[in-house]
Amino acid sequence: MTPALELHEVSKVYGSGPSEVQALDEVDLAVERDELVAVKGPSGSGKSTLLTIAGSLEQPTSGQVLVDGVDLAAVSRSDRARMRRRSIGYVFQDFNLLPGLKALENVTLPLELDGMSARKARNAALEAMGELDVADHRDRFPDELSGGERQRVAIARAIVGKRGLLLADEPTGALDSVNGEAVMRLLRAATHRGVAGVVVTHEAQLASWADRVVFLRDGRIVDQTSALAGPESLLAAGERS
Amino acid sequence: MQNEFESRTGEVWPLNVGQVYTTLQRLERDGLVETDTENAEGSQKRYRMTPAGARELAAWLRTPPELVPPPRDELVIKVLVALEVPGTDVHELLQAHRRHVIEVMQRYTRIKADSGEDDVALALVADAELFRLEGIVRWLDAADVRLRGLQPAAPSPATETPFEPTRAKEVSQ
Repeated sequence: MTPALELHEVSKVYGSGPSEVQALDEVDLAVERDELVAVKGPSGSGKSTLLTIAGSLEQPTSGQVLVDGVDLAAVSRSDRARMRRRSIGYVFQDFNLLPGLKALENVTLPLELDGMSARKARNAALEAMGELDVADHRDRFPDELSGGERQRVAIARAIVGKRGLLLADEPTGALDSVNGEAVMRLLRAATHRGVAGVVVTHEAQLASWADRVVFLRDGRIVDQTSALAGPESLLAAGERS
Repeated sequence: MQNEFESRTGEVWPLNVGQVYTTLQRLERDGLVETDTENAEGSQKRYRMTPAGARELAAWLRTPPELVPPPRDELVIKVLVALEVPGTDVHELLQAHRRHVIEVMQRYTRIKADSGEDDVALALVADAELFRLEGIVRWLDAADVRLRGLQPAAPSPATETPFEPTRAKEVSQ
């Protein structure tokens, strides 16, 4: 099966001459549906650049980005914009909800921008909000919601309309650890319902919710975790000590 | 009692049955528990806490555990030694440890993920390990930044073996 996201030898250079910065250096990454991948790295390692390029918000200097097998460089600008609306969902640290719109309107917005009828968009939005347990807050404005509730609405907006790729940039950064964990549970559940998820973070606890953690350093993927051992390995370690 | 303890701690802390009996005998000797003959069921002996035991328990719950770190932290020593070994890429070494610790964290997080959000006892046990392990990763991250400008010494044939940490040792206390 074609991975939902593929990066082949993706490089990104900002500036030129003495001020040139190599943000990404021949990055290879494939993310399957049902898989949550965390990209962990220090500040300036290229995490956010990787995410914006994977989400087609920015073009790579060289290399290939495929979403659902479609090469983003081979489609027109308007087709790329359509893919962004239909196939890719984004979750940001500061939620990025529009303050003048109610929770439900924030979630229906990307669907309506894509030409879906108001009724269909409302039904799809309520379904996504129901999965995230925020359907009861549909008529509240963002400033009437707690941080955790706002992030749930933002995730609902990111997964609404059956998108196949979910990209999150430090999605729990503004939340306490218990609310942050709730958000990671929801992202994990969303990916295991058939979405490919990529979370970039510098936090180990956040990264540990992922099925796979890849480590970015100076724009290069330098390492990744191996397949997860079961919890029984922890019991065995406890018995030895 | 063993089953109850293990289920309440998410089975992360196995309990030795023999240890339970000897502990109960010592508690009885010290007057902190007494045999409950009225509610005995068959051959099973039952115990109840004495007032002195309740006072001792309340005092124990409020006594801070030993927080002074061990005199030598194995991981810190390894990194310090690595700085002195010619040809050792200390960043690669830090990354190998970081990966291993995060793999252990993933297993604890999986235990939490597979249980319900309402299993508070299990979440508390897993959180305790996760925060401890996270502290190790944060130390590794900080060490990486502190040693960033450091150029590795010239390689020597003896240190060209790919680095692989011995499992579990560097995250056990």
